[in-house]
Amino acid sequence: MTSSAAAEPQRYLEAQIRWRPLEIAFWLATLLPFVLTPNYLLLASQIAITALFALSLDLILGYAGIVSLGHAAYFGFGSYTAGLIAKWGWGEPLTGLIIAAAAAGLLGYLTSFIIARFRHLALIMITLGLGLLLAEAANSASWLTGGADGLQGVRMWKLLGMFQFDLFGTTAYSYSLAVLFLLFLVARRVIHSPFGLALRGIRENAVRMPAIGAASPAHIRKVYTIAAVMAGVAGALLAQTTETVSLETLSFQRSADVLVILILGGAGRLYGGIVGAIIYMVARDQLSGINPQYWYFWIGTLLVAVVIFLPNGILGGLARLMPARRSPA
Amino acid sequence: MSTAALSTRGLDKSFGSLVVAKNIELDLPRGARYALIGPNGAGKTTLINLITGMLRPDQGRIFLEADEVTALRPEERVKRGLVRTFQINTLFPHLSALEAVTLAVCERRGYAGTWWQKLPAYPDAIEEAYAILLSLRLGASCYRPTRELAYGQQRLLEIALALATNPKVLLLDEPAAGVPQGESAELFSVIADLSQDIAVLFIEHDMHVVFRFARRIIVMVGGRILVEGTPAEIAADARVREVYLGGAHHG
Repeated sequence: MTSSAAAEPQRYLEAQIRWRPLEIAFWLATLLPFVLTPNYLLLASQIAITALFALSLDLILGYAGIVSLGHAAYFGFGSYTAGLIAKWGWGEPLTGLIIAAAAAGLLGYLTSFIIARFRHLALIMITLGLGLLLAEAANSASWLTGGADGLQGVRMWKLLGMFQFDLFGTTAYSYSLAVLFLLFLVARRVIHSPFGLALRGIRENAVRMPAIGAASPAHIRKVYTIAAVMAGVAGALLAQTTETVSLETLSFQRSADVLVILILGGAGRLYGGIVGAIIYMVARDQLSGINPQYWYFWIGTLLVAVVIFLPNGILGGLARLMPARRSPA
Repeated sequence: MSTAALSTRGLDKSFGSLVVAKNIELDLPRGARYALIGPNGAGKTTLINLITGMLRPDQGRIFLEADEVTALRPEERVKRGLVRTFQINTLFPHLSALEAVTLAVCERRGYAGTWWQKLPAYPDAIEEAYAILLSLRLGASCYRPTRELAYGQQRLLEIALALATNPKVLLLDEPAAGVPQGESAELFSVIADLSQDIAVLFIEHDMHVVFRFARRIIVMVGGRILVEGTPAEIAADARVREVYLGGAHHG
């Protein structure tokens, strides 16, 4: 085979992973809140954090087909790690973030050995169980975590020694957005790598994978660890930008919310979690302002409607309107 | 035995009181083109499951060339060159044919764990995958998602995925299942033309195809190997006529 004979497949695969103009426009638009809604930067920061959390779930659910109802375990673990480091006197955000990422990654790696052995309903129950276990452990270890009162006394130093975390959230949003973008680049690379192709293979047909010589459990352990790192970073960002950590970061509610966010936005689409987080968080902010008790009524309605009418999420529905991009350019 | 690409010795398997494999002794030489035939429920697919490790035998041993592989996991056997295809399409519906075969090549070449490099950084894997697709006449369709391919093309993709693992022994479970008769001969000519380094065992019900493409035929009945021989010997065998071909034989 000469290289020219395979130039077409090479071009086709390159076209699959090329940056689209819409993507670039999207990331430029994430800067708009600084100008258009400067009073909502704290909300924007929370959205960026939730988007990162959803992106990490997308790696395991959307790409490898691992359904998790306990993903908050890694978010909360990262959150408490970052919070505790700051509370104990090291308030430097970036090193705190890295340590929290490593801690969540270690937890993810250890639990991945259980995760890789199961699928389907058993996997949902195991992730749910692990999540509940960690939440209850944090609750009972109130001497460490502050229990139901939350972790108090988290004081962050200036970001890069220059930017104070301010009341308006300018620093918070800049920080969260920058970290989201960096880890988005990592996630994008992961799914466009040979490893990412193998993950899609697991999702598409777990039975065939061993028959082509693939050690799926090793792939699953790896992606689960990567996702745990990203979830841990998201949790750490929340702890650092709000200077508090509550048990809610480990709660079943948070695990369920991020799943809903990803399903709304569209799993397995890279931007699904981000778009889902924007819609969900903005809707919650607006609707709970009108009537806080009934907020989940509307989310329930939206979820049912999306699953019925847009089974691939909002992004999946939008993608159907666009011309398919398949044959090489 | 050391010359055989694949051997089994005394393979037994039962599900409760149902014996699905009894004392299976098989020797597949290098470059073999063997057919495995037998009535429904004879245990043909079960035998492939046993050999490839998708089922564990109750007793017996499996050798790939001189090495015993009985204790290895399915993917480890594939890595050593013991590969199968499936009677019912077992493909990756939303991957394009090119992506699917490239995936199999990447797994074999040890690229599939790499998450920090993009796929186009491995032109050797892509070229090899494309060459396999071209050799099976799937070149023009290889950018389409698998689920959109014609059924016959999906059967070819089954084989393409297996070839991408660089097999020494290829076990084809009814490769032409569901393919119209005219096309099935075409599909089998592809199989006949595979490299002579590959030992092929195929399950097939169409006797015209079997007698045309197999150099030897193994007949299974009730979990046992009834007889093995050349097509002429099998056609002349009274027991085979009785239990399997019956009056329907018109070879």
